[in-house]
Amino acid sequence: MELHNNNNTCTTFDISRGSSLVQDKLSKSRRVRNKSVDFDDNLLYSGNPRLIYINDPRRTNDKYEFTGNEIRTSKYTLITFLPKNLFIQFHRVAYLYFLAIAALNQLPPLAVFGRTVSLFPLLFVLCVTAIKDGYEDWRRHRSDRNENNREALVLQLGGFRLKKWKKIRAGEVVKIHAHETIPCDMVLLGTSDPSGLAYIQTMNLDGESNLKTRYARQETASSVFEGCNVTGLIRCEQPNRNIYEFTANMEFNEQKFPLSQSNIVLRGCQLKNTDWIIGVVVYAGQETKAMLNSAVSPAKRSKLESYMNRETLWLSIFLLVMCSVVAVGMGLWLHRHKDKLDTLPYYRKRYLTNGKDKGKTYRYYGIPMETFFSLLSSIIVFQIMIPISLYITMELVRLGQSYFMIEDKHMYDSNSGSRFQCRSLNINEDLGQVRYVFSDKTGTLTENKMEFRNASVHGKNYGSSNLTDDLSEEHNIRAVLRSRWKLKSEISIDSELLDMLHKDLPGDERIAAHEFFLTLAACNTVIPIVSQDTSSGHGRSESWEDVEAIDYQGESPDEQALVSAASAYGYTLFERTSGHIVVDINGNKLRLDVLGLHEFDSVRKRMSVVIRFPNNTVKVLVKGADTSMFSILAKDTERDDQIRQATQSHLTEYSSVGLRTLVVAAKDLTDAELELWQCRYEDASTSLVDRAAKLRQTAALVECNLNLLGATAIEDKLQDGVPEAIEALRQAGIKVWVLTGDKQETAISIGLSCKLLTADMQQIIINGNSEEECRNLLADAKTRHGVQSSNRKKQNLKRKKNSENGYLDILDDTKSSNVLQRLAGREELAVRAPLALIIDGNSLVYILEKDLESELFSIATSCRVVLCCRVAPLQKAGIVDLIKSRTDDMTLAIGDGANDVSMIQMADVGVGICGQEGRQAVMASDFAMGQFRFLKRLLLVHGHWNYQRVGYLVLYNFYRNAVFVLMLFWYILCTAFSTTSALTDWSSVFYSVIYTSVPTIVVGILDKDLSHRTLLQYPKLYGAGHRHEAYNLQLFWITMIDTLWQSLVLFYIPLFMYKESSIDIWSMGSLWTIAVVVLVNIHLAMDIRRWVFITHVAVWGSIMITYACMVVLDSIPIFPNYWTIYHLATSPTYWLTILLIIIVALLPRFLVKVVHQIFWPSDIQIAREAEILR
Amino acid sequence: MTDTDQERDRNKETAFYKFTQQTLPACKPVLTPAWVITIFLFTGCIFIPVGLVTLRASRSVVEIVDRYDAECVPEPFRIDKVSYVQDDSIPKNCSRFLKVHKYMKAPIYIYYQLDNYYQNHRRYVKSRSDQQLLHGRKYHGTSSCQPVEFNNDHAIVPCGLVAWSLFNDTFKFIRERAELKVNRKNIAWKSDRDHKFGKKVYPYNFQNGTLIGGGKLNPRIPLSDQEDLIVWMRISALPSFRKLYGRIEEDLDVDDVVVVHLMNNYNTYSFSGKKKLVLSTSSWLGGKNDFLGLAYVFVGSSSLILALVFMLLHLRYRR
Repeated sequence: MELHNNNNTCTTFDISRGSSLVQDKLSKSRRVRNKSVDFDDNLLYSGNPRLIYINDPRRTNDKYEFTGNEIRTSKYTLITFLPKNLFIQFHRVAYLYFLAIAALNQLPPLAVFGRTVSLFPLLFVLCVTAIKDGYEDWRRHRSDRNENNREALVLQLGGFRLKKWKKIRAGEVVKIHAHETIPCDMVLLGTSDPSGLAYIQTMNLDGESNLKTRYARQETASSVFEGCNVTGLIRCEQPNRNIYEFTANMEFNEQKFPLSQSNIVLRGCQLKNTDWIIGVVVYAGQETKAMLNSAVSPAKRSKLESYMNRETLWLSIFLLVMCSVVAVGMGLWLHRHKDKLDTLPYYRKRYLTNGKDKGKTYRYYGIPMETFFSLLSSIIVFQIMIPISLYITMELVRLGQSYFMIEDKHMYDSNSGSRFQCRSLNINEDLGQVRYVFSDKTGTLTENKMEFRNASVHGKNYGSSNLTDDLSEEHNIRAVLRSRWKLKSEISIDSELLDMLHKDLPGDERIAAHEFFLTLAACNTVIPIVSQDTSSGHGRSESWEDVEAIDYQGESPDEQALVSAASAYGYTLFERTSGHIVVDINGNKLRLDVLGLHEFDSVRKRMSVVIRFPNNTVKVLVKGADTSMFSILAKDTERDDQIRQATQSHLTEYSSVGLRTLVVAAKDLTDAELELWQCRYEDASTSLVDRAAKLRQTAALVECNLNLLGATAIEDKLQDGVPEAIEALRQAGIKVWVLTGDKQETAISIGLSCKLLTADMQQIIINGNSEEECRNLLADAKTRHGVQSSNRKKQNLKRKKNSENGYLDILDDTKSSNVLQRLAGREELAVRAPLALIIDGNSLVYILEKDLESELFSIATSCRVVLCCRVAPLQKAGIVDLIKSRTDDMTLAIGDGANDVSMIQMADVGVGICGQEGRQAVMASDFAMGQFRFLKRLLLVHGHWNYQRVGYLVLYNFYRNAVFVLMLFWYILCTAFSTTSALTDWSSVFYSVIYTSVPTIVVGILDKDLSHRTLLQYPKLYGAGHRHEAYNLQLFWITMIDTLWQSLVLFYIPLFMYKESSIDIWSMGSLWTIAVVVLVNIHLAMDIRRWVFITHVAVWGSIMITYACMVVLDSIPIFPNYWTIYHLATSPTYWLTILLIIIVALLPRFLVKVVHQIFWPSDIQIAREAEILR
Repeated sequence: MTDTDQERDRNKETAFYKFTQQTLPACKPVLTPAWVITIFLFTGCIFIPVGLVTLRASRSVVEIVDRYDAECVPEPFRIDKVSYVQDDSIPKNCSRFLKVHKYMKAPIYIYYQLDNYYQNHRRYVKSRSDQQLLHGRKYHGTSSCQPVEFNNDHAIVPCGLVAWSLFNDTFKFIRERAELKVNRKNIAWKSDRDHKFGKKVYPYNFQNGTLIGGGKLNPRIPLSDQEDLIVWMRISALPSFRKLYGRIEEDLDVDDVVVVHLMNNYNTYSFSGKKKLVLSTSSWLGGKNDFLGLAYVFVGSSSLILALVFMLLHLRYRR
């Protein structure tokens, strides 16, 4: 109990409160719907802010509208487990089907199976799932309990006392010490650092391991030091998922000031490098941003599975036809024997014996009802025609496949120590059919490890040719100076530029260079972390006594590279707080007051900082993208123009070799300008509504008439193996599209360096600035390169597909690589010179929103390569959608950053790269891996295998169940349509559960047609997936015809064998059971392409287990089938019949297979023979 | 010791590693022409001899089949056979003359064959209580026996349609005025006699109702010795079936004439079912059935032909 007296709290806001509550409710429902991961979406509920009275939890919570800090990730409690778990389980259609069948069987006229037997499959599945769910939930309970019972220091009764996490409420003041985890979302009030600085690690939240800075407002930081009794009011937005935004303001000591993202620490983060912090809880428990973000991304469904559902529909049609045949047969039979139903020895519709029931009808409801019941009971008998177990089998198989993908050492990234991750278990086989790959560039194709390469200062280019690889003499002189700051990475330095900086020459050039590096050092959000103890450093640093290691932590690798570069040239960023920065210029520490900072945003595409020098001059330093910078430069003198042109030519030069460029500019601010800006800035940054837009307007005040200082060029290194991977994907018939936020020139240069673009390609460049321009450009490109309109294109595509179907001959005398080239060459001839489409984001805005979409589509699909530059995150998704909605082809998106999330979620398959840009992409992806080049292996090897395996698995499972059901069906025709099954109830149930299930799973996981070496060597083999070779409608029908034949053989051979003999129904059933189990297992064995020990155990073991089960079942005297198997086994006819069934049933299949493989081999078959018979 | 252990560990590790990399050494069968031809040749070489042997065995079986259901109804009753067979006052005896056309070696099995008789009808199959057959009156869960469950509130032993419809034609065989000895013991499975049908269960109230379906049982003989019932209750799989009646343990010579005196009690006329009497010798394969042998010979010879075809194709179009 808190017994605080809060007389001093502001009461002015109480009036607005009552009315806001109603709106609160409304907006809550609105907010829940708004679950998109759109980070730009800055929704503010200015009408109903959340009111937090600092250190007054009782008043804060007096309406009980805020949740406590207790979290619950578990789904069940002991009491709710059974009903809730069952309820959730029965959401699956499969279980409902099981339930309906079991329920039908409980009706007396329909009791086909024994009561317990019919419930067995359902209970089995329910129990297994319930145990799994229960175990998982128990673990969640345990972790919840641990989490909730952790303790934190909370201000109570005038002092900080330990309190359990779950008891913490909004409005309380909490103190956290270093290395502790933050229990809830808190606004910082004060930290151990006098300037209110705190470092946190957000690893649990977004996976970034670098430290981030958070600030306590100076106003509160000081008073926290004075005493514990802080009071105030925070008005903040309602809880939301956006971890990169926080908008609030605080009323404190009669002052009102804004709070932003940098003032809040989130649940799950850890405090580092700071002794303690004190904060007030604003969001607790389920309302914290971490908890709101824990929702999973929507599940995807594999394409093969949707085809499979179509075929399942066919199967249900077969099922209905069979059931109707039985029902109609029953009806006709009854009709014909209508008069005899009281005299037939085997059908009595009345009770026969003396007693109370005498003369009443016994389970006879008239012919129409009997017909109907016959329909229902045949559904029960034929239930496994719909392979419900297939869904469970597929889940298990995919689990196994994922295991092998995860364990693959070739997809293990030893640099980052990250192995392959399967985040989605539903779409393994889609990897084998991908036709379009949409790739991000930065961090995906490239390493996102930035290196400062070139600088253009005052119209002069430095660092292009005369990079000092070896240390020159001059360098050695500076060595002492430089080595005071040990940097993480080595930076090559242009000695000429360095000299110029140290010469005390007056002049524009010198000043420009000075300001240039000052801007690099100051205009950023990088945090320098100085570690004093050198002993913990590397052996090299020990040689210098006074070396201090500086580690630059920042969110943007570009900025880190620039700051490191500035440091190498003697402008070392040394200290940064919210109010000032300290830059060490060649040993002289310069303290600069930061008056304001306009952070980088995607609209302005630049960043600026307003600083006051010790001599009271105020400067604005700006850096930004060239397109956004040249328009706001001052247009004065001829000299400026000259510099500008020189810089511009340098920029084109840089981007043509694939470097990332930034333009740097600065200007002095006059007092009047400063005053106006300061006033607006304060207003904008305290605003709760439209803060971003207001800040943008404010920024425009100072970001104008700038003096150009120069430009920087940073190299973004290509990842290992990217060109090879892209080439392999291209050969595999996969189109690689690159979507990047970079400039056109950079994009093209990266395209060239990763062999995406080749010199012989004709480039179509579309970069219009209006709808009309884009339309013209598209039309022009179309006519010039002879692109057909979409319907003619389809024919062409068909033709192309046919030509792709031309099998490649690897066994040919000529070297196979030649063949591949020849094939490629032939294709090229057909489409003339290969085309490459380069399109920029501006044009895409006009094209994607207007009716030009189809034009773009027809051009883009006829191009070999598509490069989209300057695209926004949502445009990436738009492009993916363009292909996805217009073709049946599988799309794959690969990226590493938060800007790729929408694209990854839109594509059929989303792949995340565990890179430097955080884990947003990985969290949204279906598969995650360390390097782009693993994509080649993922698609060509694992994709191929998975597709082949799952395709076969589905067909085989259809066959396996259908052959069994058809066999029962033929027999029912011989029993006066009375749905008698010759098989015992238990055998019918065990057939799909025990007798035949294990081999399909094992084969679905382990079978493999080609070795990974062959698959990687001949990427064309991937085309099997494009051509739907492993699973298509034709194969389905062939399988069904084969199934029909096999079921006829299964039924009729024993029938002819035991015609007019004394065989009893259970012996016959026993024979059929064994025959069908052996048959389907041998059928499987015939198609297995790789026999390992486990496969042998599974296949032969299944037959063995079937026999064992039959022996057990036939040894129980109360079953009518008692001792059957022992009798049968002694008769040679039995064994000869089984052998005959197997051979005759499989002969056509074997024949077709052999003829196909020998005379019309698929390319997989050829490659396989080449591989094995080499 | 430790060295070998370590080595084994290492082997295990590498085996596991290979397993995870999916590179375990494996058998990868390829259907090369040589293999295909071998498989077909092999099948042919196995199947044709087996087929010939079974065919020979089947041909060695001598079988006499005599349909008697129509002929055994006296002329005046042939218009309404059902009322004939249901009328207890009319004697049902009938004589058939069977000519032995080939030497038959003892034991000669006597079967009765019923056609168009759906013993495998679901209503029929279910109408029995295996527990009651074993435990008798002590067992009360006989509801599965409906519609033949109770007689005056006592459960019928044995209950159910199956037992109720017990076949009750009887046969006597006379050769040259001497009655042939027919062994009617051990015609049912020993396992059924010993474990399924109770040794202390007596059919004390069987066929006492108003409607009598078929044969009666001697209430003083326990069920385990009622072999006709046991045979009958091994429900047949197909609507035309034979059931063992007994064994003649004397040889029959060519041109012997066997006179069969039978009681034509069982009503198959209501559903136009046929009744046949079958005398058959047996071979190691069982009764007379050419199908197995023919099928084997056919499959064997077709695979030989296929082997030949593939061989020719392989020589002609060598890849």
